[in-house]
Amino acid sequence: MVKLRIDGIDIEALEGMAILEAARLKGIDIPALCYHPKLSPYGGCRLCIVEIKGMPRPVTACTTTVSEGMEVRTTSPYIERLRKTNLDLLLSDHPYDCMVCQKAGECDLQDLAYQYGIREPRFKGERRIYTKRDGNPFIERDMEKCILCGKCVRICDEVQGVSAIDFAYRGLKTKVCPPFERDLDCEFCGQCVMVCPTGSLVGKNWIGKGRARNVGEVNTTCPYCGVGCSLTLHIKDNKIIRVSSKEDSVVNEGMLCAKGRFGYDFVASPDRLKTPLIKRNGRFEPVSWDEALDYISKRLKEIKEKYGPDAIGGLSSARCTNEENYLFQKFMRAAVGTNNIDHCARH
Amino acid sequence: MAGLAKVFGSGAMTNSIMEIENNDLLFVIGSNTTEAHPIIGLWMKKAVRKGAKLIVADPRKINLVKFSHLWLRQKPGTDVALLNGIAHVILKEGLEDKDFIHKWTEGFEEWKRSVEEYSPERVEGITGVPKDDIIKAARLYGTAEKAGIYYTMGITQHSHGTDNVFSIANLALLTGNLGKESAGVNPLRGQNNVQGSTDMGCISDSYPGYQKVMIPSVREKFEEEWGASLSDRPGLSTVEMTEAALEGRLKALYVMGENPVLSDPHMAHTVESLKSLELLVVQDIFLTETTELAHVVLPAASFAEKNGTFTNTERRVQRVRKAVNPPGDAREDLWIISAISERIGYTMGYDHPEEIFREIGRIWPALAGMDYRRLEPNGLQWPCPTKDHPGTPYLFRGGFPRGNGIFTSVEYKPSGETPDKEYPFLLTTGRILFRYHTGTMSARSKALQSVAPEAHVEINNEDAVKLGIKEGQKVKVKSRRGTISLKAKVTERSPKGVLFIPIHFNHASANTLTNDLLDPHSKTPEFKVCAVRIEV
Repeated sequence: MVKLRIDGIDIEALEGMAILEAARLKGIDIPALCYHPKLSPYGGCRLCIVEIKGMPRPVTACTTTVSEGMEVRTTSPYIERLRKTNLDLLLSDHPYDCMVCQKAGECDLQDLAYQYGIREPRFKGERRIYTKRDGNPFIERDMEKCILCGKCVRICDEVQGVSAIDFAYRGLKTKVCPPFERDLDCEFCGQCVMVCPTGSLVGKNWIGKGRARNVGEVNTTCPYCGVGCSLTLHIKDNKIIRVSSKEDSVVNEGMLCAKGRFGYDFVASPDRLKTPLIKRNGRFEPVSWDEALDYISKRLKEIKEKYGPDAIGGLSSARCTNEENYLFQKFMRAAVGTNNIDHCARH
Repeated sequence: MAGLAKVFGSGAMTNSIMEIENNDLLFVIGSNTTEAHPIIGLWMKKAVRKGAKLIVADPRKINLVKFSHLWLRQKPGTDVALLNGIAHVILKEGLEDKDFIHKWTEGFEEWKRSVEEYSPERVEGITGVPKDDIIKAARLYGTAEKAGIYYTMGITQHSHGTDNVFSIANLALLTGNLGKESAGVNPLRGQNNVQGSTDMGCISDSYPGYQKVMIPSVREKFEEEWGASLSDRPGLSTVEMTEAALEGRLKALYVMGENPVLSDPHMAHTVESLKSLELLVVQDIFLTETTELAHVVLPAASFAEKNGTFTNTERRVQRVRKAVNPPGDAREDLWIISAISERIGYTMGYDHPEEIFREIGRIWPALAGMDYRRLEPNGLQWPCPTKDHPGTPYLFRGGFPRGNGIFTSVEYKPSGETPDKEYPFLLTTGRILFRYHTGTMSARSKALQSVAPEAHVEINNEDAVKLGIKEGQKVKVKSRRGTISLKAKVTERSPKGVLFIPIHFNHASANTLTNDLLDPHSKTPEFKVCAVRIEV
């Protein structure tokens, strides 16, 4: 363990830990846009600068590791002035369209601009103007809003192992894109969307469905494969308008796949069954619950009487909840009186 | 699952998902993890980045091969030979864990004799895997401190699937890779709550908690809890029900949230069987291939419209919460089942799913310590027998439920139907990333649908050249049971002589072709191997 002091607080940190991570152990929050605990340190946004006693110049807290006896100041008028300038430079090449941006209200860049009171950037000059949008069906990529923090590039490479995107060009023209600026063609896990600190990457099917106001969140479990990832459903007007996942979930740590993150629109599909149906003369007719349930119970009773309970079988579902499965087999065994109960996913 | 239950006395993933990153060695066999279980795939990649070695055994060049240190490309259906061969080398080189074998296992000597025949040379002949690679795999697995095996349907969906599972369990017993962290035998379950639905007793021979219906004392316990007299006759499995319906022994079938027409093998057979029923009730959220044949269809609630729990592949019971109301007059399954039950004279009377959850805890000790409040925020892993028990991340610490783990001798048996002159290709089936199961949900997601709109058949490039088949060309694939037509995908992913078709598409259902031959123990159909021919 390494002992150091940050803003007058004594901290014990693991050897090799970055100052930024050590500070977070004690709840000291240093602003940073390119840092993510899962990713290699980058030092790109220059907002996490701190002063270290005995060092002539400020250093970035995400790339400087702790050492014994180190004394760190994360804030001072001087540091704050530099930080504001760096933020100002980032904003000078960022469109002013928070009023229509999907990310407004949960944008790290917007939050910092609010915190530092930057209404209009001091630096006027050339801005990157990109008109091309990506034709993929999942992820909206608006490169004008990109601050080149590289989190998307790193998570795609270091966590997902796909490397579908990287930096292209140089200087002011630098941008993140798939090879040869083609449309994104990847696993569409959306991990890049999860880590993007601005509105540069958002889900295509989120757009225009609602922002922070009047949106409720419900934590639940993914209905697709058996991994059991935690999902957060974002709800507005009785509709799921987005799916995300909390980064402190133990199974998936916020990561999802294309199905979990983007495959939720079946819930509100117009094809959903909305009423019981009984087949008459080869065609389904909508009926009331009473009629359907009376019909079923009458037929079940007749069949049980005529052929015995083992002439009736039940197929349960690996898609349904434990409670439903339990009740279904209890129904077959206790109410019908047979052990003819199974589900399709035997293995 | 039947296999693991027999060997250890418990059938589930022995270890946890988050333990994967600390494995020294991962042996992934018969699992296209990055497509079928993408997030577990991420944990595996993380383990490799942290220095773990990865062995992938798969006939197809799946994505995980790119991250592996050793790829064993066995012929589909030859896993028993491959695994016995690896065991043979471990024994020959003295890499077995003698202490563990002595302390925790039985049947070792007899089993040891059974693998003597599986020399790397002979196994190369059966599996097509070079003998040096078999030796390499044995050394990697045999010398790793913490080695975990991960498998899915590539192992189980065979007529000898249970034998495959036995040979996997043998390897873990041989090397002492059980009862400790970041190791074990880990079947990755395919659906959100397949673990839960078996736990809950939706299997013909068991009540909830794998308590056998044939044991009188068990039956009496359930009769008392449920206040009903229960049948002492074992029930029928899915595929057996299909047969029984055709033979006129089964007259009524109540299907909750399943689509057997598409998910069961030999589709024409399934359809004929369902058509012969006097009553078919299907409860689902959409019309499916199965509802078409129903007499009554009941509209159910989706996962986002109800409260309850799912149990994931690592035995973690997690909450499902209602977020929106069901559309129209659709109702929760609990309400529907209770209403029918009431009408046929058995009143259930629950007001909230948690009352059911508590009842489950009363009759299955593994869940006795859980309640909805304790499942916050990240769920609990069974067994969790008491209110202060933290749950069980890995099983068999300090012994197996049945006492000792058993070595089971298994001999390699060819698959039920292998290629011949008339049907020269071997067909195997599986999942793809952007689709899920029969597509009831994923096909209704616009974005997912647009990137994977239709079925395809993977064919090796050399075979394609020989037959004059071009990428994207429409072809016919025929088996003894049916024919489908779909587009060809010419690729190196599938080996020569093997075709691969994803299972998800109703317009070209792979199960029109597959064989409904069952594994005699688990009753799992042989989805992974059948003989077909391909025509332009």
